Amino acid sequence: MNFDWHYFVNAFPELVKYIPMTLLLAILSMLLAIVLGGIITLLHFSHYKVIHWFASIYVSFFRGMPALVQLFLIYYGLPQIFPIFKGLPAIIATIIGLGFKQSAYLSEVFRAAVNSVDRGQIEAGQSLNIKSYKIFRYVILPQAFINALPATGNTFVGLLKETSLAFTLGITEVFAEGKMLAGDSFKYFETYLAVGLTYWALIILYSWAQSGVEKVLNTPYS
Amino acid sequence: MSLIEVKDLSVEIKQKKILQEINFSVEKGEVTVLVGPSGSGKTTLLRTLNLLQKPSQGIIKIGETSVDVSKINKKSTRSLRSESTMVFQQFNLFKNMTVIENVMAPLLLNKLAKWDEAHDIAKSVLLEVGLAEFQDKYPSSLSGGQQQRVSIARAIAVKPSVVLLDEPTSALDPELVGSVLKTILALAKQHITMVIVTHEMEFARLIGNQIIFLENGKIVHKGSPDKILSSDGPKRVSDFMNSVSTNNYL
Ligand SMILES: Nc1ncnc2c1ncn2[C@@H]1O[C@H](COP(=O)(O)OP(=O)(O)OP(=O)(O)O)[C@@H](O)[C@H]1O
Ligand SMILES: [Mg+2]
Repeated sequence: MNFDWHYFVNAFPELVKYIPMTLLLAILSMLLAIVLGGIITLLHFSHYKVIHWFASIYVSFFRGMPALVQLFLIYYGLPQIFPIFKGLPAIIATIIGLGFKQSAYLSEVFRAAVNSVDRGQIEAGQSLNIKSYKIFRYVILPQAFINALPATGNTFVGLLKETSLAFTLGITEVFAEGKMLAGDSFKYFETYLAVGLTYWALIILYSWAQSGVEKVLNTPYS
Repeated sequence: MSLIEVKDLSVEIKQKKILQEINFSVEKGEVTVLVGPSGSGKTTLLRTLNLLQKPSQGIIKIGETSVDVSKINKKSTRSLRSESTMVFQQFNLFKNMTVIENVMAPLLLNKLAKWDEAHDIAKSVLLEVGLAEFQDKYPSSLSGGQQQRVSIARAIAVKPSVVLLDEPTSALDPELVGSVLKTILALAKQHITMVIVTHEMEFARLIGNQIIFLENGKIVHKGSPDKILSSDGPKRVSDFMNSVSTNNYL
């Protein structure tokens, strides 16, 4: 076995330089996904059938398509049909593509979190004559938020890894940089192992931060 | 005129008649106890008074508000609901709020009081149920009996015309029942109007001004405890009383 330790160790500083790009893509897609996912969740609870269906189809559509296909559809496809999208930066296309897809998953998480709030909580609010939107705002939402945290965090882990698809649109993030290093050195094993470990480290750090946040938020009423 | 008047009230759920031709009235400051076998419709009747359950016909009058339930809408629902509050078997305290926030919530969210005033009211009702020192705790850290007393405090804080209690002690361990029943007795002494569903027959006899015996969705007997719950009262009621265990927690 001729594992090049020296090369391997030195690959990390190169990869680390692109962590900000990976994080930028992941965090901005996540923020977009949280907003869209929240809206889709609200639409899902609508009493109007049409709106409810729209939410269901949205979720089904974005869950049913590979992320890569969505990125290509947005980046290469949209500008051909709608000239307005010509010159859409690859970063924006990635954030939109991953954000929409992630929002479909998140809206399912949010919906389950709302549904898992005990029905008695709503009835207590109604019996005290509190208006529905206030029951939602002050009773259901805070409890659903706590319920949703672990699963939301898990979807972020998935998203963080999916940002590696951005290399196909020509964005240099951690994976793309790894691909270039490997192409230059032909040391595929050392490079991709370093790339894999870099993602792993990011995810460990993130998971650790999340469980800290959960602990702080949970103590009062778990 | 009575504080509560219910006329020809009926409730259907999925085409099934749950309550039929319910007629009764409750005087201000008095306690009415609903008793009857399981499935007779006690919970449904209580929930209907608070409109958590939608009735199919009849008239419900509580305090100043009279509603013909066949013409019910959002506005009349809210005005009838403003007359009553519920105490649930499972307490249903807002889990994300502390004890005092639970009591303040209906006052603040219904704009019945400003923060300072709501805080004062909450403190005084918590003192009344003996839980002032727990005000900053979350419900999950309280015993069932304490949680139920908080929910009673929350129900009286808004000064409703009537407090509706559905088996307030059924979910409690036996040693916690007494403190909750004593709290409710103390409210009766202050002439807070209540309608209570309970299986505690001794308690019913002690607190009730009126006993209503329900069976199969209908009122079969009603009257004073002496008349209904005595050994020479209606046979159906005494049979029922023999079937429920008689504990005395007071
Ligand atoms: N949401 C519902 N859907 C269908 N049937 C219902 C519903 N709620 C109540 N019922 C039926 O209505 C009848 C009365 O129920 P209710 O809960 O009012 O009885 P109860 O007197 O409170 O009984 P318990 O002493 O067991 O609490 C029962 O036959 C019950 O099955
Ligand atoms: Mg019941």
